[in-house]
Amino acid sequence: MRTLHKFHGGVHPPTHKTESTRTPIVKAAMPSRLVIPLHQHVGNRAIPTVQVGERVLKGQIIGRPEGRLSSAVHASTSGTVAAIDMQVVAHFSGMPDLCITIIPDGKDEWIAHGGVDYKQTPHTELRHILRQAGVVGLGGAVFPSDMKSYSNRHEIKTLVLNGAECEPYITCDDMLMRERATDIVRGAEVLRELLYAEEVLIGIEDNKPEAIAAIRQAIVNDGHAHMEVIAVPTLYPGGGAKQLIRVLTGIEVAAGVRSTEMGVQCFNVATAYCVWRAITHGEPLLSRIVTVTGNVADARNFEVLLGTPVEELVAQAGSKPDTDRHIMGGPMMGVDLPSGSVGVTKATNCIIEGSPALFPPPAPALPCIRCTRCAEVCPADLQPQELYWFAKAKDFGKTQEYSLFDCIECGACAYVCPSHIPLVQYYRYAKSEIWARERDAQGAETARDRHEYRVFRIEREKQEKAERLAQKEKAAMAAKPASAPAPAPSAPAAITPADFDDTLQFRIDTAVARAKEQAAQAHPENTGTLAPQQQAEVAEIEARRAKIREMAADAGADDEPPKQS
Amino acid sequence: MIAALLVMIGISLLLGAVLGFSAIKFKVEGNPLVEKIDAVLPQTQCGQCGFPGCKPYAEAIAKGEADINLCPPGGEGGIRKLADLLGVDFKPFGEGTAPKGKMVAVIDENICIGCTLCLQACPVDAISGAAKQMHTIIASECTGCELCVAPCPVDCISMQSIDEDITTWKWRYPVHPIQAAA
Repeated sequence: MRTLHKFHGGVHPPTHKTESTRTPIVKAAMPSRLVIPLHQHVGNRAIPTVQVGERVLKGQIIGRPEGRLSSAVHASTSGTVAAIDMQVVAHFSGMPDLCITIIPDGKDEWIAHGGVDYKQTPHTELRHILRQAGVVGLGGAVFPSDMKSYSNRHEIKTLVLNGAECEPYITCDDMLMRERATDIVRGAEVLRELLYAEEVLIGIEDNKPEAIAAIRQAIVNDGHAHMEVIAVPTLYPGGGAKQLIRVLTGIEVAAGVRSTEMGVQCFNVATAYCVWRAITHGEPLLSRIVTVTGNVADARNFEVLLGTPVEELVAQAGSKPDTDRHIMGGPMMGVDLPSGSVGVTKATNCIIEGSPALFPPPAPALPCIRCTRCAEVCPADLQPQELYWFAKAKDFGKTQEYSLFDCIECGACAYVCPSHIPLVQYYRYAKSEIWARERDAQGAETARDRHEYRVFRIEREKQEKAERLAQKEKAAMAAKPASAPAPAPSAPAAITPADFDDTLQFRIDTAVARAKEQAAQAHPENTGTLAPQQQAEVAEIEARRAKIREMAADAGADDEPPKQS
Repeated sequence: MIAALLVMIGISLLLGAVLGFSAIKFKVEGNPLVEKIDAVLPQTQCGQCGFPGCKPYAEAIAKGEADINLCPPGGEGGIRKLADLLGVDFKPFGEGTAPKGKMVAVIDENICIGCTLCLQACPVDAISGAAKQMHTIIASECTGCELCVAPCPVDCISMQSIDEDITTWKWRYPVHPIQAAA
């Protein structure tokens, strides 16, 4: 029997898991449209590869990965591309991002696809398959799996498969393990080969006995050596990667260190399932299991095509009329969806329908009494009350000194806070503020470098020009002695440059004087013989002309465009 | 008596030599305060402070010739940092120097005649182009200093504000009701 270890803190919120595990997974109905965001993973947004109006097949790549850290996005079913535009996506900001809208044709026609035998295929190719199949971490972090299945730099001893699913309400991994255990353990075996890991530890919380039994059976059936299912105590957030690694192996992953440096890599069970489907069946990541629960008549798990609008999905579970919000994820870490029209993404593990009765509005916050209950439950062993203090005072340097970035935003601190302070909001605020400042500082650094280089370049160009001129002059001087012995014989007297300048200036001066004289002489004298009445008329006309000229000058000044400074 | 004098003279000579040596050996080139001030400035090189670039402004502040509230792109946060660094009081922006949001220059490529005047004005070489060729702003390098706008003879450069998008979105400062103590 393996000795299990403990992580610091943790809480026991009501789990609410039985509601959605009574019935098996069902396939969700074909939606009327699919809204597929191109940025469903960590890293660069995929680049659209289809045109509006184009017919696409199920499994066809509609967004190709851009750069090293990126993943492909596929059409979840066959149909027509209706739009490629900015639409609201499942994000805390409620802001729009680039999405591809597909109207399904109902035929669900596959693109030609096929798998490979992973034992006969080089690892580089397997990773390429994962990248092209859009396989990302389905536990919520959506990190591209091909990037995680390397073991070049560090020797990986243990592969941890995360089936803990610690957050209340969510049961998608539980149901997947119960129903598709064989594919999960086979996928885990592929990942183990890719990482050259010695053992696979599958951590499942002990409130899922059916899942534990199913996975154990699958391991026995396939005869996988080096694989072990371990029931871990139910304690939130025991499904955090660092926490699960700590419980299973006793290794504490230090701040700013990756678990791979300690010889451990962690994947979610659903990711292992997708790895198997992608490699041996050639099926890209097109659908995922989503728990629909909360304020619904019939809470259950659905296999949902990516891009299915949330409102169409929840209607199939019988969303009750007093529902006032959709929460994506769990009640502890989930995001309030900005609208029911957003599409299900690779990160959508659960939709909880919220109602005022189910999730009453939080009680007004009271001042912090520094009871340190938050510090007692913090799974990252931080001092949440101090972090709150500094984040509130916008003293971001201090928050970093208190290891703000080790916070996994699990919400355990806010859950136990007797003053109902929304602590996690403060940490998120401080984190995003620090990131923004780092971006600005980096921008300033680049600008400084570029400006300094420009100053240097201008100086260098000046010098080079001066050198070129000097060389030319030198060359001219060198050439002069050759032509000097042949003076022009017709030259009357040697005119020195000074003399020449003087004469030239003199000639210009005289010419100007002459012109002035002529202008003075050419004064028109045709008004001298006019009668006094005519002279008066002329004077009047002249006055009017002067006035018009003045007005024109004024208008001209107004017309001049205002200078931008 | 003489021995004591000799010892004292010896010590003073030795210490003097050490001081003299370290003054040469550990000599600080330039003014470190200027570097520190320059590090706080946003490096837009826009000249809105009245100095030709961020470094000259930093030098002027270090000499006490310029105020700390002349840099609109740095914002109030920048003034606060300068005040902290120099140990002086915070000073709000004067009239007409209020900070604007982040901007980026955009060239209307249909109008551009390829005169290269903006290339010469850009302090960070963020415009690419050549004589009689269309010019383009390298948006990622543009500091939004607006120095290219005035020289353009055909007014084809405009400043556009950079709006927050999903990648640059920031969490807001939490505002929540606080219950009054009974």
